[in-house]
Order: sequence, then structure tokens, then C-alpha cells
Amino acid sequence: MTPIEEVFREAYGRAVAVLTRLLGDIDAAEEAVQDAFLTAVQRWPVDGVPPSPAGWIVTTARNRAIDRMRRESTRTERYVRAATEAALLAGPDEPTEEEGTVRDDRLRMLFTCCHPALAPAARVALTLRLVGGLTTAEIAHAFLVPEPTMAQRLVRAKGKIRDARIPYRVPTGADLPDRLAGVLAVVYLVFTEGHTASAGDDLVRTDLCAEAIRLGRELVELMPDEPEALGLLALMLLTEARRPARVSPTGELVPLPEQDRTRWDAALVAEGQDLVRRCLRRGAPGPYQVQAAIQAVHSDAATSADTDWRQVVVLYDHLMALAPSPVVALNRAVAVAEVDGPAAGLAALAGVELPRSHLLPAVRADLLRRLGRTAEAVQACDAALALAGNAAERTFLRRRRDELAAPDRSEGA
Amino acid sequence: MAQYLLNLIQPDGDAPPPEVLEPIMRDLAAVNEEMRSAGVWVFGAGLHPASSATVLTPSGTDVLVTDGPFAEAKEHIGGFTLIDAPDLDAALEWGRKVARASTLPIEVRPVAGGAV
Repeated sequence: MTPIEEVFREAYGRAVAVLTRLLGDIDAAEEAVQDAFLTAVQRWPVDGVPPSPAGWIVTTARNRAIDRMRRESTRTERYVRAATEAALLAGPDEPTEEEGTVRDDRLRMLFTCCHPALAPAARVALTLRLVGGLTTAEIAHAFLVPEPTMAQRLVRAKGKIRDARIPYRVPTGADLPDRLAGVLAVVYLVFTEGHTASAGDDLVRTDLCAEAIRLGRELVELMPDEPEALGLLALMLLTEARRPARVSPTGELVPLPEQDRTRWDAALVAEGQDLVRRCLRRGAPGPYQVQAAIQAVHSDAATSADTDWRQVVVLYDHLMALAPSPVVALNRAVAVAEVDGPAAGLAALAGVELPRSHLLPAVRADLLRRLGRTAEAVQACDAALALAGNAAERTFLRRRRDELAAPDRSEGA
Repeated sequence: MAQYLLNLIQPDGDAPPPEVLEPIMRDLAAVNEEMRSAGVWVFGAGLHPASSATVLTPSGTDVLVTDGPFAEAKEHIGGFTLIDAPDLDAALEWGRKVARASTLPIEVRPVAGGAV
């Protein structure tokens, strides 16, 4: 990315958020900001980049919006125009809007993009476009869909915001916890899609992880008093820290116990652990904070054997109480197997149902293998292979399966 | 002020027995009353079953008449309420009340072009 592209990406979300409030329309806001970018491309190389590029973009976009309105408005629209213009002109003259106002606008945009009345895929796309400042082409590429498909998804979602009048507002009172959970879920969805790409050949799509972490940092900045926002950021940082050790040079998945922990990103681990400690001091635990705490326990251990698995089981019990799900039950069973042995882990899997996911048979295969129940382990491995959609995960499972099917060869190696 | 149509989505088939239906109708009447006193209620009605519907389809200069609801589905619109609401969140809030009272899914559709 060139420096000017970087400035644009940074400025896009801020500028569109402010302009949407002033113009009352996302499309008009985006158009005005694009106009301002065009002007910047012409002027900045000559005049130099202004001291506050984002503020310059907002001011220029506002002026462009007024020009456009004057040019395009018909007689019948004059009254509306006059009112909007008054709102635009009433804004402060200085190059930057009040920092607090911009913050409020960015939050409004975030909650609008993540409104539960929009389809989940649309929430993700809108958030990356309007808050993250990614281009439609970048989002399409990240989700492996053709650009026209992504463009249409965005157009349709913005159409619904406009037609159904999804309010440009930060929810208050009783609505806030649910809506905030929705926002956090969208950011985490971007991260998990990047972390374990559900399709394609690469296990990790770094661009999406980086984008999710950027959004997570912004959430913490916008809502410093929300411990779950801190928890989500911590969870993402601690997970991201392991990325260098998670895929082997041949592109194969390396499971946590086998990872070379010296390759973990120490700076990210330290930052994530610091955030977990900040969460603990708040004393208002939530699902993201507990998940982050679990990852922090793993990060504390120099080797897999050093892991405080009892603490991990306690945290999973806590998580099951806060936000029970089959995936949590599955991970709890893995931890139980470390504390009380593979038979106990297998027993903890009883009743866990996770159709269409390779995770349950993969864990079952590993526990059966450790119990020496090889034939059943091979069967479970096959079941997992049939369900895994990601090439790196399939390679890993195939190797496991081959080792099981021919134990003498693999153990002799 | 915008307007929203709240459609009650009803499963086809016989209505529930009176001991089930009566408290539902009572709860629905209470929500309608709440809408009226809040000044958001514009218009509303319950509909006869979808099996009583007739479809008219333009065909050249003619209009064909056929039996049955237009959409082949196991659920159809069983009733509707038109409300005034400033935005979707407000409309959804009223829709939630109707959903709870009717025990049915509610489809919330914005009316195009603002107030009629």
C-alpha cells in the first residue's frame, strides 16, 4: 500500500461516518469522500500532505457535497437542500471536527453496519467497507467471491439501511449489551475467517486477521469502558501471536501441543496478556474475556507439558456457564483429557453434537489414538477428512490417518 | 415519520383450539390498544385463511383468475398492522410486542414513499 493509500484507508471510515450524519445518507457520504480523495490525489503531490489529512478529507468532502447538491438539486428539492446545507455549513470551520464528535459518528456507523436486521455476511462486508475503509475489491478478494458479487451485497445492504430506515445511532440502555455483542461478533467473525479460512488453500488469510485486529483496537479506543471489547482484542492478539508457529514450512497445520513456542510473537503475547490482566481487574467477566484468559494460560507455558491444564478446565467450565456451545464443550473435553487422561476426555465428549464440522471427529480420533483404539481412530479420522474444507487441515488429518493405518512405519521413522 | 407494515405469518391449516386461541387474541387486542393509545396504529386487520385467496394474473389484454394464494408456502400472511414509526428500531420494538402476543413470526416491511 502506498502512503497515500494508507492515509485514504485511515481517513475513509472517519470521513464517511461524519458525512453520513451530515447528509443523512451513506451513498451520498461515500460519493463526497471519493470526490475529496480525487482532489487529494491532484493536490497533495503539489501542495504536500496537509497536517491533518483526515480532517482535510472531511472538510473537502463536505464542500464537495454542498457543490454537488447545488448542482444537482431540482426546484422541488430546494427546501430539503436548504435544510441539509444549513446543517453542513453549521459544522465547525476548522479542518478537524471535534474529536468526540468523530468518535460518536464512528460508533454510530459501527452499530449501523452491525444491525441485527442485516444478514451476517452483509454486516461483515459493510463493516470492512465503511468502518475499515477496505475497497470492495479487497473485501471480495479476502472472502474469495467475485467483485461484482461483493459489490451487489454492499449495494443491497445499503439499500436496506436506507429503505427500512435503520437508524444512525448508538443504542442505549437495555438495547446496548445485545447490540454490542453483535458488533463484537462481526469483528470476531472477520478474525476467525482470516485465522482458519473456511475455504481455499492457505490456512490463514493474514489480511483479514490484521483487519479484525485493527477494528478490535478501534473498538477499545471507542468504548474503553467495555471489558468485552478488551477481551476480544486480547483474544485476537494472543491467537495471532501463534500464527508463525501454526503452519509448517510445507503449509501444514501444526497443532498447539506441537508448536515451536519460540516462534510465537512475544510482543503480541505480552500485549494480549496485559489486556487480560486489565480485564481481570474489572471483575466483569464475559465470554471473550474468558476465552482470552484461556489463551493467556497457554501463552504462559514454555512447552505444552508445562500448561496449567487444571486452570484451563476451570476457565472452560466458566465459559460453559457464560456461553455454552458445542465448540466450547469440545475444547473443554480436550483440556479434561490433559488433566484426567484420554478416557475422561472421551467421556466429556458424550452428548456433544457438532454436525458438518471436522472438529469433533478430529478430536475423537486423537483421543482414540491415545487410548490405542486404532481402528476407531482411523474411522474418526476419515469422518474428519470428509468434513474438512481447508487444504492445510486436510493435509494434517491425512498424515494422522496414514500414521494410524501404518503404525510400524511412522514409529520406526 | 415512516410507516411499516407488520405482517403476521401464520401456518396453514386449522386454527388452534379456543383455549389456546383466546388468550392469544386477548394479548393481541391489548397490543393493538397500546398502539392506538401511543398514536402509532394506522390500520390493521386479520385475514381469512390463505385457502380463501384468489389470484389475478395479467396475460396480454386479459386477466387470468386462479384459485389459491400466490406463493406456494406452508405459511401465509394471516393479518397485518400498519404503524407509524420514526425508524426501524422503533418499528421492530412494536413488532416484538406483536410477535410475543401472537406467538407468530412477524415480517416488518417499510412502506415506500413515507406516509400515505
